[in-house]
Amino acid sequence: MDKMIERQKQEELYTVIKTVDDPELPSVSVVDLGMVREVNVHENHVSVSMVPTFAGCPALDFIELKVKKAVEDVDWVDECTVHFSFQHQWSTDSITEEGKYQLKKHGVAPPPENYIPGEEWTVDCPFCGSSYTSMENVFGPTACRSILYCTACSNPFEAMKPVIKYSINH
Amino acid sequence: MNVIETTKQAKQDSSYLKALTELLYQLADDDFIISYRGSEWLGLAPHIEEDVAYSSITQNTMGHAFLYYQLLEELGEGAADVLAHDRPPYERRNAAYFEKKNGDGSYKEEPYYDWALTVVRQFIYETFKQVKLKAITSSSFKPLAATAEKVLTEQTYHLAHWKLWIEQLQDSTKEAKTRIQTRVEEAWQECEDVLSLGAEAENMEQFGLISGESFLKKQWLQEVAKAIKPLPESMLDKQSGSGRLGEHTRDLNQALETLSEVYESDKSAVW
Repeated sequence: MDKMIERQKQEELYTVIKTVDDPELPSVSVVDLGMVREVNVHENHVSVSMVPTFAGCPALDFIELKVKKAVEDVDWVDECTVHFSFQHQWSTDSITEEGKYQLKKHGVAPPPENYIPGEEWTVDCPFCGSSYTSMENVFGPTACRSILYCTACSNPFEAMKPVIKYSINH
Repeated sequence: MNVIETTKQAKQDSSYLKALTELLYQLADDDFIISYRGSEWLGLAPHIEEDVAYSSITQNTMGHAFLYYQLLEELGEGAADVLAHDRPPYERRNAAYFEKKNGDGSYKEEPYYDWALTVVRQFIYETFKQVKLKAITSSSFKPLAATAEKVLTEQTYHLAHWKLWIEQLQDSTKEAKTRIQTRVEEAWQECEDVLSLGAEAENMEQFGLISGESFLKKQWLQEVAKAIKPLPESMLDKQSGSGRLGEHTRDLNQALETLSEVYESDKSAVW
């Protein structure tokens, strides 16, 4: 019975955290970006473990505050602590289907799938779906995004960078 | 080799803590000063796309410096902001080459910065950073190993960027080749300091925090040789002094005075 209540509470909290958007990507939830790793409940205390997309991202502090506030607004919660951890790596696969859909609506293409580290990559245009696109600048307005151009619909657009995984020494 | 899982555990062995702290200062201060010099290029890069790329790299690198200062904070060294803004030059552990001014003039007046110096230094820096980070992924201090793995996923883009620049300029006009060559030879006069792990080098290796200096140097030479052709024949030197031991040039004072100007105006301000 306790387990069931705990799961219900966790589900409730996930729904609440889902309302927190990435400050740089309005309408894209931090949950759908795959940034929420774990939500733990100890009576009236909640701890949220998150993974950053890019470690050097200046938006992390805002995200932390917004998640904390959203959770603490739940009536039975006394306190919420949010922690960014590097023990687990964020990966491109962590973005949900809903996340990909919302990103495209925002004019940002999700990261390429089946990316081979070190090789050049492109993605389909988030506006018209064409694969007739080219990389304009690997570096974009934020650390996690690149700038591309669609030759089919003549629109510039952005894409989330694929992360390069390191699996040496393991 | 004993694996250390937390900062609390690291604090229990004073000689381990000393070596770890020294390594973290080197990592933090290198990233910090290289991003400061990078930030001075804002609006001045050769073209608009480069301006976007270089400032993105710089901002990301500053974020990496913050991660190390944060670990130092957890180890009891003081607040991250204070460590970045309020330490005198002799306490700084960055290599002296990285504090070198971008060129003549200053940001506000007549910035005659040299792009060749920047391309060479950034390439050398990113190559060296990658070699070091790869060694740190198997560090005995687990929070640092995890940080290194995360930073590597991002830093690979930075290295690729500067590698492209140095390769293309060497493949370009005679002037470009000569200017790159001159800056490479200049770098060779400084890189012994860059590759040094300072006073705690042996302990760092013994505690399994990072590989030894000679291994790192070998790896680094192998990597730079892939892009810089030919490598200078002269021996590596440290003409500007041993930054790893706190010896620095006037250029560092200029950098610290500028970057801490706002901080100094009101130290107790809340950001």
